[in-house]
Amino acid sequence: MNNVPEPRTPPQAALKSDRLFINLGPQHPSTHGVLRIGLTIDGEVIVKAVPDIGYLHRGTEKLAEVRNYHHCVVLTDRWDYVAAMPNNLVFCLAAEKLMGVKTTPRADALRVIMCEMNRIASHLLFFGTYGIDLGALTPFLYAFREREMILDLFEMSCGARLTYNYIRLGGVMTDVSPEWLKRTTEFVEYFKPRLDEYDTLLTYNPIFMNRTQGVGIVSPQEAVSWALSGPNLRGSGVNHDVRKSDPYSGYENYDFDVPLGKTGSCWDRYFCRVQEMRQSVRIIEQAIAKLPDGPFMASGVAKIPKPAPGEAYAHVEGARGDLGIYLASDGGISPFRLHVHAPSFINLAMLQEKLVGMKVSDVIALLGSIDIVLGEVDR
Amino acid sequence: MTAKKPDPEDKKPEPAAAPAPVPVPAAAAPAPAPAAKAAPPKYVPPTPVLNRGNGRLIEDRFTTWPTQVFADRWSRPGYQWGAGMLAGILLGFAVTSALIGELAGWGDKLYSLLGAQGLPPLAVEAIWVAIKVILVMHVILINGLWSIWWERKISAHIQTRVGPTYAGSPKGWNFHGWAQTAIDGIKLFLKEDVTPAAADKWVHALAPAIVVVPCIIAFAPVLFGDGLAAASLDIGTLYIFAFAGISVIGIVMAGWGSGNKYSLLGGLRGAAQMVSYELPRGFSVVPVLMFAGSLDLQVIANAQAGYWQGIIPRWFIFYPVVGQLAFTIFLIASVAETNRTPFDIPEAESELVSGFHTEYSGMKWSIFFLAEYAYVLLGSFLLATFFLGGGASPINAVPFTLVPSWLWMLGKAMLMMFVFLWIRWTLPRFRVDQLMDYCWKFLLPWSFVNIAFAGLYLAFWLK
Repeated sequence: MNNVPEPRTPPQAALKSDRLFINLGPQHPSTHGVLRIGLTIDGEVIVKAVPDIGYLHRGTEKLAEVRNYHHCVVLTDRWDYVAAMPNNLVFCLAAEKLMGVKTTPRADALRVIMCEMNRIASHLLFFGTYGIDLGALTPFLYAFREREMILDLFEMSCGARLTYNYIRLGGVMTDVSPEWLKRTTEFVEYFKPRLDEYDTLLTYNPIFMNRTQGVGIVSPQEAVSWALSGPNLRGSGVNHDVRKSDPYSGYENYDFDVPLGKTGSCWDRYFCRVQEMRQSVRIIEQAIAKLPDGPFMASGVAKIPKPAPGEAYAHVEGARGDLGIYLASDGGISPFRLHVHAPSFINLAMLQEKLVGMKVSDVIALLGSIDIVLGEVDR
Repeated sequence: MTAKKPDPEDKKPEPAAAPAPVPVPAAAAPAPAPAAKAAPPKYVPPTPVLNRGNGRLIEDRFTTWPTQVFADRWSRPGYQWGAGMLAGILLGFAVTSALIGELAGWGDKLYSLLGAQGLPPLAVEAIWVAIKVILVMHVILINGLWSIWWERKISAHIQTRVGPTYAGSPKGWNFHGWAQTAIDGIKLFLKEDVTPAAADKWVHALAPAIVVVPCIIAFAPVLFGDGLAAASLDIGTLYIFAFAGISVIGIVMAGWGSGNKYSLLGGLRGAAQMVSYELPRGFSVVPVLMFAGSLDLQVIANAQAGYWQGIIPRWFIFYPVVGQLAFTIFLIASVAETNRTPFDIPEAESELVSGFHTEYSGMKWSIFFLAEYAYVLLGSFLLATFFLGGGASPINAVPFTLVPSWLWMLGKAMLMMFVFLWIRWTLPRFRVDQLMDYCWKFLLPWSFVNIAFAGLYLAFWLK
């Protein structure tokens, strides 16, 4: 009677396997801040990823509505604290547009030098921490050695090492000394061979290339549709750089290239940043060589500016991408509305879709390669 | 905060870009002066207020400006002092080795001294074994102190730092922070031993012991010099590999017993990795065993005695192709067995926080590290024995051949340990699947091919 064999369960069902939910963050060594990603994993493969942000929200956009325009510059330092100069710059550009102030050539050149040095500092931080994410601890220290020199130069020019508040409405805070220019030239000369050193140490390391090439590929169409910007967009091969497409502060006067990636993988995004450091060095050299004389601050900036009612939008190529500010004035002493078009926030959005199907190790590779700063994501 | 602006008058709002909205190239335009004022004859830039003293802030730490440091580093007294100390240490070693000579002879004297006390033979043997066990255990413990300090110094200098410098006062005696590891050890003893509430208490507590005990046992036949091993075993090689393989159980237990998801992933990764890499590690030694004709470490070391043409030592690493291939595979697999950086996926800090030892603290945590460094030492001594000629001198000339074998052995093992550290602080980490591919698709096939090569050598060359 019992000769009928039992139906055989397929091996997939016979093996009882559970999915595991792990919290990547908010306190995790490699989320670069307080990002939390809820990962559902099946073995080593991601099934579902839910990024969770907002741990660093400080409401700076709202705070700007109760401060006057000079005071708002201080708030901008706190968004992207790794590259604060472009933040200063973009707010000042928007406010200057609103107030109709024209900056002096020397101020423009100083702004360019500072922003490019800050781009190098920011990319150095990326370079170092990306190495750590992938298990190479040594490049971090090398990158910080050079970053320390840039921060020393910033300290020398404006007294601050992280939140500079250097670029002010109508110009810059203070002029640089001849000694500063000498040291900056010295730094540039010192830094150029270091970039080759980085390439031998990490960029062309076979293990590193295996880990990052072909991982987290973003096609150009995807990159555009996700509104990525900065090296994340250029890593996919889309040629868009605000410094070229919509020049500001006299970027049209400098000769530099825009490095582009080929496949849009993590390695391409990484390589774009490393190459951008070389281009920044070129810009700094040119800017120092033809630094014009003249005042560093335009005249006509009121102590308490009251721009006429209206609105202005300015954007710059920050270290993380197209950093924009929308500023609306109702004629009062503080902005009616300040909105930040934050590249980190927009670049982060692709994680939810891109992480699915990756391995746990690749999550770190992708997360590191889009180079977010949570201060800018949450603002 | 009081930077002087040239002309900050706030009573002139200046309607927005009304006069000239055409953008002028910045470099070409002269500095726009307000229309109300007469243009000054020459612009004199105001003195920067914050930078008084021309960059005092940097000048304070001018010695850390790398362009200055790199220019003349050997003229710095610290480096000269360090070189002097190094020379002193080497000289000390030379004097000690001249005074002591071969250690195996001292062991024989000690044994005959024990036998002359009129004790029953069994008691003599028991005391003798106890002495050897205590000595070998101290090798492992002192290795923990030494190699952690050394790793910290090596990694520091690779990373342009200096590492520990203060520990070991009084001042003047703190030679490169020599006491750092000892003081760290005291700290670890005094730390609270936390067992997480979710942990399986017995498994959690037992795991470090399961990791470290096989490692200590595996040291029994390890050759520290000519005739200098705690136990002379015919199957020494097999014995070491067999016991070293047990530790993986402890790692899985640590991962499971911690009650932490990251630890669990780390434990599973560790199991897969260590079991896989044992194969190429074992097979890469087969050519050595074929050449030497024995599993006994002493026989293997003796088989490498002598020099070709009186110059090149007959070490197995110098056997063309086969030697280098076997050495490389064994080195890579040894690094993988110790879970160090290119292969540290079980404890990948940036992914799994710390993997299987995330939930360990205090002494339990340090026992994992003791085991890790003991395995590094084991790997170093095995490399020196299998491929670098054991206690033989690399140069066939008088002052070198007189150096006792234990010193050569130690030197070669330390060289190999340096290679371990060098690899760790230079390379990034593999991914899990790449790690497995590398083992099964590259190392293992090549170790098989290597065995075939060795067979050809035996058939045609070394008959």
